[in-house]
Amino acid sequence: MAMVAKDGRLHRRAVVAALLEDRGGLAVVSGLGAPAWDLAAAGDHALSLPLWGAMGGAAMVGLGLALAQPGRPVMVLTGDGEMMMGLGALATIAVAAPANLSVVVLDNGVYGETGMQPAHSSAGVDLVQIARGCGFSRLAEPTDPAGIAALRAQVHACAGPLFARVAIDPEKLPLVLPPEAIVLKNRFREAVMGRDALYA
Amino acid sequence: MPPPDSLTAARPPAPAAAPDWPAGLHRALSRAGVTQVGIVPDAGHAALIRLCEADPAMRVVRLTTEEEGIALAGGAWLGGTRGVVLMQSSGVGNCINMLSLPATYQLAVPMLITMRGEWGEFNAMQVPMGQATLACLQAMNVVTNHAERAEDVVEAAEATLNLAFNTWRPAATLIGQRVLGAKNFKELT
Repeated sequence: MAMVAKDGRLHRRAVVAALLEDRGGLAVVSGLGAPAWDLAAAGDHALSLPLWGAMGGAAMVGLGLALAQPGRPVMVLTGDGEMMMGLGALATIAVAAPANLSVVVLDNGVYGETGMQPAHSSAGVDLVQIARGCGFSRLAEPTDPAGIAALRAQVHACAGPLFARVAIDPEKLPLVLPPEAIVLKNRFREAVMGRDALYA
Repeated sequence: MPPPDSLTAARPPAPAAAPDWPAGLHRALSRAGVTQVGIVPDAGHAALIRLCEADPAMRVVRLTTEEEGIALAGGAWLGGTRGVVLMQSSGVGNCINMLSLPATYQLAVPMLITMRGEWGEFNAMQVPMGQATLACLQAMNVVTNHAERAEDVVEAAEATLNLAFNTWRPAATLIGQRVLGAKNFKELT
């Protein structure tokens, strides 16, 4: 699938697939809704943890995970609406400053799951400036396939907390549902900890 | 939400005659293997927060709102470590929907909650959430216990930590305002 849409914005599933290329030990937490379906569409993987809900919580799940697994790159993949509900997390993450955490926001400017209502990012609210103001020193706003490839490399570099915003086409795509929550949780922990994860 | 009474944050959090339950709580967290401590600053937890910050085995994460702590501790558990959230009863209201995360994914998320809005409260704005704290937690299937006397606080917290980490779910200890000392800031002026 070509990554660039007709209006110059990027196709979200092509972006996610490119970010997950040669993922190695990369752990991924997604926000609810379309980013969760994107993550599932990229292929089932034990180190992918799509959230089915908990709107506003994806970045903080990523922080807890990144602090628990400091030697592993962790990427939060979420939408602009989910990020907007938990903006305080950007301040908390910047202060905690985990080297291995990246927050990637797929910004389509609308609430796609609920009927394409306009979101604040389409009215001029700039998530990259907010992240900068919180203290993120690594910021990215890729607009083409080369930029996405560079972002993927930055995610794996683990050189300080990273915030990226990717303007994506507000397309409505077929649902690709991930497994049920407890299955996701147990196999994720087993991938991180081994069989010990299955015992309290 | 942050406590509205930050002017009083420097006050001793407990009556001088009370047992040193903050030190006991810190030992309980250590014994349970807790390494991530999510906090919104709170006078009742001030001594415990200082002990956790001084402990090289613990990472204190300052939050902007308590619901961040629920997600943080859930992420810690996913990553094979153990977290705890320290908060005031007013913060429980901020956590309600986020509690669906540990409930649904079965994540070990213990909470130690200092109560306001009950025993001798002076601030009317603390009363509604303080009176609703237990009901909100129960509505979200959080297993709770309650310590009304200083000598019960550590045992109650240990029970919550054990239950959360052994049965993989959210659990909370409510530390009564009577333990913290009834606040009457009018006397301070």
